[in-house]
Amino acid sequence: MTDDLIRHHILPKLKNDTLAELGDSAKLNVASKSLCFTTDSYVVKPLFFNGGDIGKLAVCGTVNDLAVAGSKPVALALSLIIEEGFEFELLDKILSSVSQAAKQNNVDIVTGDIKTVEAGAADKIFINTAGIGEKLAGVDLGFEKIVAGDKIIINGTIGDHGLTIISQREGIKFQSQSRKGWPSPLQSDCASVAELTCELLENTSGIKFMRDPTRGGLAATLNEISTGSGLSIEIREADVPVNPTVQAAANMLGFDVLTIANEGKFIAIVSPESADDCLNICKNHPLGKEARIIGEVVETHDTPTVELITKIGGKRIVQMPYGRELPRIC
Amino acid sequence: MDFMLDRIHKAQTLCNAACEKMGRQINIMEVCGTHTVAIFRNGIRSTLPKRLKLLTGPGCPVCVTDQGYIDTVLQLADRDDCVIATYGDMVRVPGKGGSLETRCTKADVKVVLSSEDALQLAKDNPDKTVVFVAVGFETTAPATAVVVKEAAAGSIDNFCILSGHKLVVPAMRALLSGKNHNIDAFLCPGHVSVIIGYRAFAEIVESFGRPCVVAGFEPLQIIEGLGEICQQLSAGKAELKSVYPAVVTEQGNITAQKIIAECFEPVDGYWRGLGKIKKSTLKLKDKYSRFDSLKRFNITETQGEDTSGCRCGEVLCGLIEPPECGLFGKSCTPLEPVGPCMVSSEGACAAWFKYGGIRTSGDQDIRRPGFRSNENKQTQ
Repeated sequence: MTDDLIRHHILPKLKNDTLAELGDSAKLNVASKSLCFTTDSYVVKPLFFNGGDIGKLAVCGTVNDLAVAGSKPVALALSLIIEEGFEFELLDKILSSVSQAAKQNNVDIVTGDIKTVEAGAADKIFINTAGIGEKLAGVDLGFEKIVAGDKIIINGTIGDHGLTIISQREGIKFQSQSRKGWPSPLQSDCASVAELTCELLENTSGIKFMRDPTRGGLAATLNEISTGSGLSIEIREADVPVNPTVQAAANMLGFDVLTIANEGKFIAIVSPESADDCLNICKNHPLGKEARIIGEVVETHDTPTVELITKIGGKRIVQMPYGRELPRIC
Repeated sequence: MDFMLDRIHKAQTLCNAACEKMGRQINIMEVCGTHTVAIFRNGIRSTLPKRLKLLTGPGCPVCVTDQGYIDTVLQLADRDDCVIATYGDMVRVPGKGGSLETRCTKADVKVVLSSEDALQLAKDNPDKTVVFVAVGFETTAPATAVVVKEAAAGSIDNFCILSGHKLVVPAMRALLSGKNHNIDAFLCPGHVSVIIGYRAFAEIVESFGRPCVVAGFEPLQIIEGLGEICQQLSAGKAELKSVYPAVVTEQGNITAQKIIAECFEPVDGYWRGLGKIKKSTLKLKDKYSRFDSLKRFNITETQGEDTSGCRCGEVLCGLIEPPECGLFGKSCTPLEPVGPCMVSSEGACAAWFKYGGIRTSGDQDIRRPGFRSNENKQTQ
């Protein structure tokens, strides 16, 4: 059964010389001595959503984790845990997305695994991907590099992925306000940012740290950066790009858009001198057209805190998200 | 943007002038959970003069729901023949021996986003009785009325509601009739006013001499509402006004009012913190009583007892601020709430906790053993 799955479903979609050997482990020839290695599991519901599916997500998510660590993704491992009864047609669709996303990122799926579990033991399909990337020469990112005065850049709008997932899961339809230039309706931003991050790192020198604001959104990532660096962060609400449809949907459900997940975004902490160069590079890339400087790293007075200067000039704390957000009543 | 900031500045000037002229603290109460969240999320308090105090009143539907009602929901959830259909916030309100979330299985409790979803659940599960936990103010009552009528017309007899719908104006009257209150004016709820019309607040202005100003939910609308109130207080006036003219009319939504009146009648009801308030709760009329869970299951609802030490009642009356409660941020947190004001995202305590500065360490929950799935965050 597994052999049949591999030969008739996996290999035709993902074949490359290393995978085709079907060895117990993949042999890779990598020039660099310094590698990045990461893994992530994907259990998204629904499996198919506007702007992507679990297959695309499983490739882009892991590629992004490698990218923001300052590396160029090289190879991925793909493990599938499939619930008994899952349709082959859907599996093929997911594998096509995996294949397409891998090709776009110039990475090979070099090894993998499949397990089928009894009905009820998994929800349709779970995917794990692990990836290695070659560290870019001369790039050294870390919390310890961050100092007060550094600028915070995001490559585009926030909340698109999370609200697309929530609305499709709950069966809520949002009509987009037909403002020029904004996508319509809700659509996940699921994409790999590796090309853009590599371009930034290769062409500028002031990047201190990068992270992709996935689960927990911008709020979680900024809090991690604040805690990790021991410094506070101040962002300006008016400068944080949000698609108006996403904002309207978040308002309706009572969610704070800062806490909503993204899948094609990264935060870069950069020196003030290189901020404009970074922004220009972003703006010239399809995944960075809406890039902005959203705030600064500031000295900490008491404990490291993330604060938001609201559109009306008020100030409030941006917490590390906790618990689960429940849609409000009215 | 500059235009907006100009208007905000103008309203702030009115607030400052009133505080200076009156020479004392001004207390303005909002009676709408969405206002509460908007005020915190937009950092509005930080832009106001120190002597202008915003009180969070009984405007969050989950918060005002009496403990007795919560216990009745849990009692119904324990029945093998019932499925509970509820709006999200209610699942975590603790009652006797737990909450819907901790005490029941996923099959027994379904979170719905609308009353229509609850009715559909009944259609899809003909062998179970679906009990819709019908809470909320005049905003959600029409939607409940619509499905009750639909159930009656389609003879969907395995559907019923536990009405906890409440009316805003009787609660405002009760607050002002109390001896301890310190309310100078009300910022009136935008959503509710869309239904009941702003004239519904006229009796508060006339009987109690308190300004009532209806505002929307954008920060500008809220601050302009506060500016209008301050201007009135400064001039020694109490007037009824709406600064939300785009959607709130004097008469309100007549169709919605009619459907409420057709299905429900106001009866005396229990509120958390406020006790029994005359004609403040909506009960199904006799012709729809077969859809009333209390009648169907022969339950007498009584006033419940609040958890020991929980001061949600005083928070809801604007008598204390959340940090004054001994449990706040200690044994009562959004992850392990003791009182409903910490459960609902619209509750005063939850908003204070989230935006007011208590640091959290993320979503680890050290008190509850075992892993918990987190559906809303299952985005990867």
